[in-house]
Amino acid sequence: MSEVQMIKRSPAEQSLSQRRAKEAMRSQVAMFALMIFLTLVSFSMVFAHLNDVAGFSKFFIIPTLFLFAAVQVGLQLYYFMHMNEKGHGIPQMFMFTGAMLGFLIPLTFVTIVWW
Amino acid sequence: MSSVAQKSGFGATLWDWLTTVDHKKIGILYLLGGLFFFVLGGIEAMIIRLQLMTPNNDLVSAGLFNDLITMHGTTMIFLAAMPILFGFMNAIMPLQIGARDVAFPFINSLGFWMFAFGGLFLNISWLFGEVPDAGWTSYASLSLHSPGHGVDFYAIGLQIAGGGTLMAGINFLVTIINMRAPGMTYMRMPLFTWTTFVASAMILFAFPPLTVGLFFLTFDRMFSGNFFDHTMGGNTIIWEHIFWIFGHPEVYILILPAFGIFSEIFSVFSRKRLFGYTAMVFATVLIGFLGFMVWAHHMFTVGLGPTANAIFAVATMAIAVPTGVKIFNWLLTIWGGSIKVTTPMLYALGFIPSFVMGGVTGVMQGAAPLDYQLHDSYFIVAHFHYVIVGGVVLAIFAGLHYWWPKMFGTMLNELLGKITFVFFFVGFHMTFLIQHWLGFWGMPRRVWTFMDGQGWNIANLVSTIGALLMAIGFTVMLINIIMTTIKNERVGNDPWGDGRTLEWAIPSPPPFYNFPATPLVRGLDTLWIEKMEGSKEMITPAEPITDIHMPHGSIIPMLMTLGLFIAGFGAMFHQETSWGLGVLIFGLAFTFVAMAARSLKDDLGYYVTKEQILQDQENIKRGRN
Repeated sequence: MSEVQMIKRSPAEQSLSQRRAKEAMRSQVAMFALMIFLTLVSFSMVFAHLNDVAGFSKFFIIPTLFLFAAVQVGLQLYYFMHMNEKGHGIPQMFMFTGAMLGFLIPLTFVTIVWW
Repeated sequence: MSSVAQKSGFGATLWDWLTTVDHKKIGILYLLGGLFFFVLGGIEAMIIRLQLMTPNNDLVSAGLFNDLITMHGTTMIFLAAMPILFGFMNAIMPLQIGARDVAFPFINSLGFWMFAFGGLFLNISWLFGEVPDAGWTSYASLSLHSPGHGVDFYAIGLQIAGGGTLMAGINFLVTIINMRAPGMTYMRMPLFTWTTFVASAMILFAFPPLTVGLFFLTFDRMFSGNFFDHTMGGNTIIWEHIFWIFGHPEVYILILPAFGIFSEIFSVFSRKRLFGYTAMVFATVLIGFLGFMVWAHHMFTVGLGPTANAIFAVATMAIAVPTGVKIFNWLLTIWGGSIKVTTPMLYALGFIPSFVMGGVTGVMQGAAPLDYQLHDSYFIVAHFHYVIVGGVVLAIFAGLHYWWPKMFGTMLNELLGKITFVFFFVGFHMTFLIQHWLGFWGMPRRVWTFMDGQGWNIANLVSTIGALLMAIGFTVMLINIIMTTIKNERVGNDPWGDGRTLEWAIPSPPPFYNFPATPLVRGLDTLWIEKMEGSKEMITPAEPITDIHMPHGSIIPMLMTLGLFIAGFGAMFHQETSWGLGVLIFGLAFTFVAMAARSLKDDLGYYVTKEQILQDQENIKRGRN
């Protein structure tokens, strides 16, 4: 059997990792609040549109909703799925390449297949 | 392969190979499977050439001719070229980065078995007498129209084999990202590892479209779908797009590992560091990226309109730039080197002019207006055989001679190797060079026969004679392999004497755990650095020798694939027979049970003890002196 090594943290390391964990938790909560807020705004906008409030036309609401959705996806990936932490460069590269291809190929389809 | 020589019976040996998860053995399995299909595809090619030897020939019927060209293309691309390259990747890449195995040995085995059963499924069509006959591209209107089960074999067989390819690609990616030895940074990886990495990334993005396309085709043909049927609101052009979104990256998936093999060979036998390593890596990545942006150049004549054609024509020509960077870097690697013309080097030297010719005709077709003239003529046939035979097949033969000692522990005969090269190389140019002119003279591709008096007779005869020369060359190589295997003269770590990368620092074939202690990498051409410093052991260990954790073999991958193989027949016959649906469900259930068995039963592997490793080391040393 391979030997298992135990390495004790020094007090400085311990306090550093505690501080980091605290910061991470704080940003998680902040982002969670932001996401809830964006969701509330989205629902209110649609509700306002349905009740014919002036200024809430669908040409304003639909792009704004898409923008909010993109922000939500970003927050989800970077904060709740920890992509902002170290060592995620390669997964990011592959995800963005995939997203780019997933965007470009349908774009060519709508422009040259069903033009 | 234990240190103590054990005599095992035939059954035990067979069981060992069926259940193996060792990357070196799976590499050999891929190689043998690929060579088998290479022979099959080669026989089909010979019949095609014999049929076209003379005008108005009736050696085969028109229908059989369609079967032959379809199966020749499909077999050579999916079942010969790719698996053989996967064989090299499996056997060599982990050694080059100093890893003990690939990241997921179980999935590696599953990938191989899916290729094997997928290929078997496709070729069983010959026994049924209903063979795919819509061309290797299987364009939708034609493939939907094709009667019988021929195209069903194509759709399901490639689906199974394609799944295996996707698994292999993901496995190589994870291996290269996570399992490099200490000090092996990305910019110290040998070029073959780099090209494996980029080709695997391309597999990751290119094979899902193929999977989707094949499912659409399967639904349309077997489950009354209407994806491609325009009378029901479908769109037949979508198949072409989906196929080429996969198909164009696919040809780069083939050629990039070939570039990697040649990069290794040039630098080893010129006994120089690869010229412009950084530019080579950059060019590889760029080719991989641009490969996804050019698929519509296969469809210039579909009628996409001048704007789309112009964009894709320019993008296509852009690929010539990184490819040119590579060609010049190879030339400058040879330049001023102390060149040793061994068989692999001979292939590499022959590759440069052959591939450049294929590349130039590629740029010609990339010009959309000219493509209208060349489309569906023999010029196209000449072009893609120049890049695939002049690039990929030459690389496969070169790699076979170059890495044979590392994979099997014996050295292929150099003289026979050179004879193979001469026959194959002369035959190759004789077969395909004249076909450019056949295209100019108006001979369309995929024709069963041609009429007398069109000026095509001599050219076709020359082409057929060339094909026979290639067959002779290949036969000499098979004889070489058999003779070498029977003689069984064992070789040492570095039989070429000039190895630069890590795989040449360990015995041939390596022990099943590869490295007694993980090596420390101190730069590009790791072994070369050790040699220059006069290091005795040829490897600077990064850790002391300790127990090594290894995975157990497993029969489950084969069983999983067997389930899919059975389900394939069920899907094919479910419309006309009562038992089809039952067989489909049974096959899928069989696969799921096998998957559950894998998931629920913990397999924690085993440890190779330190004592055994030291004992092995001792035996190797004693064997050498």
